Amino acid sequence: MTQSPTLSRRTASAPTPPRKSRRRGADARAGYTFLLPWLLGFIALTVGPMISSLYLSFTNYNLFDAPKWIGFDNYVSLFQDERFLQSVGVTMQYVVFGTPLKLAAALAIAMLLNSKRKGQGFYRSSFYAPSLIGASVSIAIVWKAMFGDSGPVDQGLSFFGINLGGWVGNPNMTMGMMILLTVWQFGAPMVIFLAGLKQIPADLYEAASMDGAGPVRKFMNITWPMLSPVIFFNLLMETIHAFQIFASAYIISNGEGGPAGSTLFYTLYLYLRGFSDFRMGYASAMAWLLVIVVGIITLIFFKTSKSWVHYSGDAK
Amino acid sequence: MATPTQNQPTTTTPAPVYNPKSESTTVKRIKSTIFHIVALGLVAMVLYPALWMISAAFKPNSEIGGANNALWSNNFSFDNFATAMEGIGGVSTLTFFTNSLILAVGAVVGTVLSASISAYAFARINFPGRGLFFGMMIATLLLPFHVVIIPQYIVFQQLGLVDTYVPLLIGKFLAADAFFVFLMVQFMRGLPAELDEAARIDGAGHVRIFGSIMLPLMKPALISTSIFSFIWSWNDFLGPLLYLNTPDKYPLPLALRLFVDQTQSSDYGAMIAMSVLALLPVLVFFLVFQRYIVEGVSTQGLKG
Repeated sequence: MTQSPTLSRRTASAPTPPRKSRRRGADARAGYTFLLPWLLGFIALTVGPMISSLYLSFTNYNLFDAPKWIGFDNYVSLFQDERFLQSVGVTMQYVVFGTPLKLAAALAIAMLLNSKRKGQGFYRSSFYAPSLIGASVSIAIVWKAMFGDSGPVDQGLSFFGINLGGWVGNPNMTMGMMILLTVWQFGAPMVIFLAGLKQIPADLYEAASMDGAGPVRKFMNITWPMLSPVIFFNLLMETIHAFQIFASAYIISNGEGGPAGSTLFYTLYLYLRGFSDFRMGYASAMAWLLVIVVGIITLIFFKTSKSWVHYSGDAK
Repeated sequence: MATPTQNQPTTTTPAPVYNPKSESTTVKRIKSTIFHIVALGLVAMVLYPALWMISAAFKPNSEIGGANNALWSNNFSFDNFATAMEGIGGVSTLTFFTNSLILAVGAVVGTVLSASISAYAFARINFPGRGLFFGMMIATLLLPFHVVIIPQYIVFQQLGLVDTYVPLLIGKFLAADAFFVFLMVQFMRGLPAELDEAARIDGAGHVRIFGSIMLPLMKPALISTSIFSFIWSWNDFLGPLLYLNTPDKYPLPLALRLFVDQTQSSDYGAMIAMSVLALLPVLVFFLVFQRYIVEGVSTQGLKG
């Protein structure tokens, strides 16, 4: 639409060269026209709702009567709500143990696979497959069946003389089961690690070998620093992701977070408060608290990253 | 696996005396064998739940769990699938499939259109505020989306759109999945700027440049986006759970939940058969587009 009459040989994306203002005006119009789908969505589906949920978090609202302003009451009662505190505990356990375990598995197997041996494609795809289906309802059902009374996990362990019974009904074991479910999906970060490992120049390792460095030193002094941007990316994304686990917890606990609240994940409790009890103000306060916590964690990650993440020229 | 020496090319052993090279190839072969044993063992472990699921779907109920947990059974049959296809609550499973398909295709069309158009603005047009909006778009990648679901629900409820597909699809047509916008921006930035210049000289405007030059070149990014938005929509549970109330509008994940609620553990076999059916399109997609999917993950950091 926006015909540009200027026969400038300059590129559209280079910011520095001076341009005819007519072209600039046309570009501005075109820019916002093309941006429209995203911009509309951003305002109507993200910014607008964020502001209104912030407002709602200071009210009592049940979807039917008008919201009633109650100040910080929701936030205060959150910290007196035992179920809320339990959901925080459950989610923290899951994030703090599940994420590092998943990433450790991903890194270890990526390092194992990082060679020129045959079958790369097959191994990579096989390990990746669970990431694609792991968060689905189907897998949650299967997980529940596998970890149930006399399911294959129970039987397998009994074979080794470990008699735990079914994990699903045992509040002490459900977290282990949920963590295994997330660790099982190590494939996605593994594939990203693998791509990062391939970027590390082989001569670094050769030079280290000549200097007599063993595998541990090579890992500490080459692999870890060279891979640190990728480790950082995976750690950040997986952590944020882990906070938001929902479908698996919902299915495994029949939407209740049981037994004894041991699978009452944060988002599940938020859902129950908002959409079962219709305490929308309360649920909004929970949502904003989650945003704040995730924001702080992101900030801490970025701040501390300066000391251990190394960005060099070509390692992304 | 462990009989390597025969097919060894003879050129590597020219000297009859001590040859360090041939010894190192033996060591290499042993190492490689160990590697494959370890890797295959890990693959078996990782794929075990999937194998167990498929095996259970074909077994009679009496053989799932309990005394018989072997993967193999002499009583394999399609009975569970027949029960699963009957559906729940008077709605056939075929209807759930159709619903899932409508939602997934809608998601693909919406996402590909809106994300590519918006990405063109970010990647190829210089306009005031671009940097700021780009930063905001990246920030939404990190935002827990639970903060928007309550107000969104309230608005859709007041508009009378609950129990329709509008709330589930509108975000796709408005590029709400920032990941895809980001992916396409990155891809477009990799395309040479000379293309736009030449087209501009020929008098083409942005619409022509986008439609006839960018889109055809963006095929790989469009394919990755299609695959992932299809799979994400297919597996989505929270969205349908929030917005859909009548079973004949349910997509598969929601139907599965209904199935679990109604049958509890009485018909494990059918429940697992239905789980398998629900995953089938994802598995087919994966087998067909494996390379695109894995490449997409490794180059764009896409999640599964």
